[in-house]
Amino acid sequence: MSFISIEALCKIYPGNPPVKALEEIDLEVAPGEFIALLGPSGCGKSTLLNLIAGFERPSQGQLLVEGTKVLAPGPDRGVVFQEAALFPWLSVWENVVFGPKAQGIATNAYEDRANEMINIVGLGDFKNHLPVQLSGGMRQRVGIARILTLGSRVLLMDEPFGSLDAQTRLTMQELLLSVWQQLKPTIIFVTHDIDEAIFLASRIYVMTARPGRIQAAIDVPLGRPRTVSETASEAFTSLKLQILNLIRR
Amino acid sequence: MGILPLNSLRRMILGIIVPVLILIVWQIVGSRPNMAGILPPPTQVLDGWHGWIFGSPGLGLNPYLGTWLSNVQYSSVRVAQGFFLAAVVGVPLGLLIGWSRHIQQLFDPLIQSLRPIPITAWLPFSIAMFGIRDMGAIFLIFLGGFYAIVVNTTQGARDVERNLVRAALMMGASRRQLLYRVVLPAAMPSIFTGLRIGLGISWTAVIVAEMVAVKSGLGYVLWDAYYVGRMDIVLADMASIGIMGFLTDRLIVFIERKVLVWRILQSH
Repeated sequence: MSFISIEALCKIYPGNPPVKALEEIDLEVAPGEFIALLGPSGCGKSTLLNLIAGFERPSQGQLLVEGTKVLAPGPDRGVVFQEAALFPWLSVWENVVFGPKAQGIATNAYEDRANEMINIVGLGDFKNHLPVQLSGGMRQRVGIARILTLGSRVLLMDEPFGSLDAQTRLTMQELLLSVWQQLKPTIIFVTHDIDEAIFLASRIYVMTARPGRIQAAIDVPLGRPRTVSETASEAFTSLKLQILNLIRR
Repeated sequence: MGILPLNSLRRMILGIIVPVLILIVWQIVGSRPNMAGILPPPTQVLDGWHGWIFGSPGLGLNPYLGTWLSNVQYSSVRVAQGFFLAAVVGVPLGLLIGWSRHIQQLFDPLIQSLRPIPITAWLPFSIAMFGIRDMGAIFLIFLGGFYAIVVNTTQGARDVERNLVRAALMMGASRRQLLYRVVLPAAMPSIFTGLRIGLGISWTAVIVAEMVAVKSGLGYVLWDAYYVGRMDIVLADMASIGIMGFLTDRLIVFIERKVLVWRILQSH
């Protein structure tokens, strides 16, 4: 059984004329799979992510996560937002434990896990800092730690490293890969950066704009665990070329 | 070393030049015999003020001697009561209006249609309803503070970043938790803006109310002193109101700095 199963999914925004954001999307994601949604801005990739997250409702079609219809956002599907979306009035620690606390889980039931996740993302020394005192990359680390603490089986990531500088972005990509290797969550990663999609994902869904459609599903032939040196490999470059040709057409 | 203190000294000197000039001109003009009873010079105002504060109240010809503190207290307590009421009603109501479309539809038309009526226009109504008593003044102060607080709080609650709400929902927060763990803290900067504006209007309201609707407080003394030609007390009273308004505003800013540390760090 697929972990996430999407069939003939459409999203139409009412208006005059109505805007077809997504058309006939079919997608199957296996548990523990790392997939990327790749496409230009306006191709509906963020809309698709919002539908899976439960922030928006589909106009037509079926959307199942673990066999259950998605009706609302929930802790089983953790979202990492483009600008982290941390609560600026809460410390790193308070941000990370917001979910379990809101759900009324006893402190001792999440404390160890939260500490572990904060350490995994390398923020052990910053627990009492406020988000405003952190750099963009560190804020995204908090965003990742909080959904790992949540125990989400699916991580939905909406161009999370898009606003970071190149060097920080690479560090964050490596961090994400190592988190994925350790915990094996299912990851749906939205990006418009071809290199990023190839470096991270096992399979890439290339999307086109107006209406948003999946144009191709491409398996990434690189092994695991991946290192940055592979971005210079033959397989990497030829795949990049293949995707570029797809997008240009 | 040297540059910074010199600069701030320079700024201080520049800042007091015009006020000092005005005081000098005022002293000269106010000392002319034909200005008696219209514009007392600063020295006379200070003298009157001194007696108003420190004089011993008695049956003498000066009914104001030693009554300053109690009048400041009367006005302050009224402001505190009316403003407290305005905050207690205005903040939760503003949050709910900004948060829920139903509550907005229920209250917003009423508030928006009553708001253009100046609080001074409510004065006769207030006296008719509450008589020449504290309640009349407190009602006006409440009303004056309430609009500013409710409107700003509503705006703050409405402007909460959408992704913060989504993040909270994604982490399993209920709608109630959303209100007091996300919307309330996110609206806090706007709430404080509303409180500061509301407090200023509350001081306006207390003076107006005391001039007409009650027989004590700084507003009452202001009007009473004018009627008996004690312009020195009138001016001292005006200055007292200004000082009280300034101090209470500083008090809110002080609390704001304690509560909104995250916000202050953000703007640096």
